[in-house]
Amino acid sequence: MQPTHRSSRILLPVKRWFVYFSLLIALGLDYIPTGRLIGIPDPVALVLAFWCIREPLHVGMGVAFLLGLLVDVGHGAALGQHALGYVVLAYLSEAVSRRVLWFQPFEQALHILPIFLITQILMTGIRLLAGAEFPGWWIFLGPFVSAALWVPLHFVLLFPQFQPVERDDNRPI
Amino acid sequence: MSVGGHQAPPIFRRGPAPLVRLFVYVAVALAMLVMDLRFRYLEVFRQAMTVVTYPLQMAASTPADMVRNASTYFATLLQVQLENRDLRRKQLEAAEHLLRSAHLEEENAQLRGLLDMGQRLKVKSVAAEILYNARDPFSRKVILDKGSQQGIEAGQAVLDARGVVGQVTRVFPIQAEVTLLTDKNQAIPVMLPRNGLRGVAFGAGQGVLELRFVEANADIKIGDALVTSGLDGVFVPGLPVATVTRVDREVQAFARILCEPAAGVERAGQVLVIGREAPPPALPPEPPSEPAKSPRRKAAASE
Repeated sequence: MQPTHRSSRILLPVKRWFVYFSLLIALGLDYIPTGRLIGIPDPVALVLAFWCIREPLHVGMGVAFLLGLLVDVGHGAALGQHALGYVVLAYLSEAVSRRVLWFQPFEQALHILPIFLITQILMTGIRLLAGAEFPGWWIFLGPFVSAALWVPLHFVLLFPQFQPVERDDNRPI
Repeated sequence: MSVGGHQAPPIFRRGPAPLVRLFVYVAVALAMLVMDLRFRYLEVFRQAMTVVTYPLQMAASTPADMVRNASTYFATLLQVQLENRDLRRKQLEAAEHLLRSAHLEEENAQLRGLLDMGQRLKVKSVAAEILYNARDPFSRKVILDKGSQQGIEAGQAVLDARGVVGQVTRVFPIQAEVTLLTDKNQAIPVMLPRNGLRGVAFGAGQGVLELRFVEANADIKIGDALVTSGLDGVFVPGLPVATVTRVDREVQAFARILCEPAAGVERAGQVLVIGREAPPPALPPEPPSEPAKSPRRKAAASE
């Protein structure tokens, strides 16, 4: 069978302002003080990875670095910790973007999960090297929750690009 | 710009390759981490960034505020009355102590005057409330609802009703960040009132403190209370810090001593931020020494 770009309907072109607006909203969600709750997803990493995969020419490592710094300031974390994590996240997401887009949202989430885990391991490693206290294994629950949110997020972020389904039996795609 | 993992053909190539960009960004991030964690050079930069992120942070903290206020909002009249009665009783008890302490303070000042000792420095305090825990899971920090506009300064001590909670480490215009005693990077100089033994207590994580660098044969027992020694010139002396819960003398030259904080370090709501009115007296001026000239310069001058 001929492989097709199954995960895409024919989409309208993305609007630049929506990309940046969604990143800003994600940053706002990330700033919500959740204290020491377990398994909080990382909305900035999610939205960033999404746009790095969908629009690698618009959103890349530069945006990731800037967002990382903003998250560091908001969390009171070491300055550069999230910047480092997100830059690697952006690089890996760009690297797999051509492959991932061939899959359904759920299978995409399985591709994204290792990237989130690598990011989390990297950030944890950096802080432990700097002499911080290991907060417990539950911090690795966050990436799993983030990956689980990939499917709903996929529809939310692509919503402005959907167009009404127009059935035409004679059209090839 | 080319996309990570895919080399664009030369005619389309613009800017450095993705891997190069990755390494540049990673190098910058690592440099920032070192500058921030080791040398604290980036505090000004962080303050500037806070100004930018402030509106967003305020908007984001609204849900947390709602959750926090909901509990008091739905408290019943009966609960409030009970709490009120309890507080009145405590107030009366405290009043007695206060009256006596005013008298004692006066007496102390007089006695110190007689003995020609330096007077105790005055203390200023600001009441504040803990808004929430900071998000960073690698440290133990909380955010207060008062900042530099209310006179809070970095380095001041934070107390609750039972003892020291932590120390103000960063101040923003209307918020302040407090590092709790149990943070691994936090240290507090303490003293054993029973015998005047001094030491430094470090955060050990898991809600406990560790008293380090105390000899294995030191006179310290389980149940001993530790108070601030005030030697650092930052904390006011005599504030309760912790109680010794475990003493292990078998380890090495130093005993391993674990203490439990006296204050509800990880759960306090209302706190008091106290600092010294004036900075500690300056060090005496160094004795004038011979201006050291390098031989080379001397030689150059004679030429």
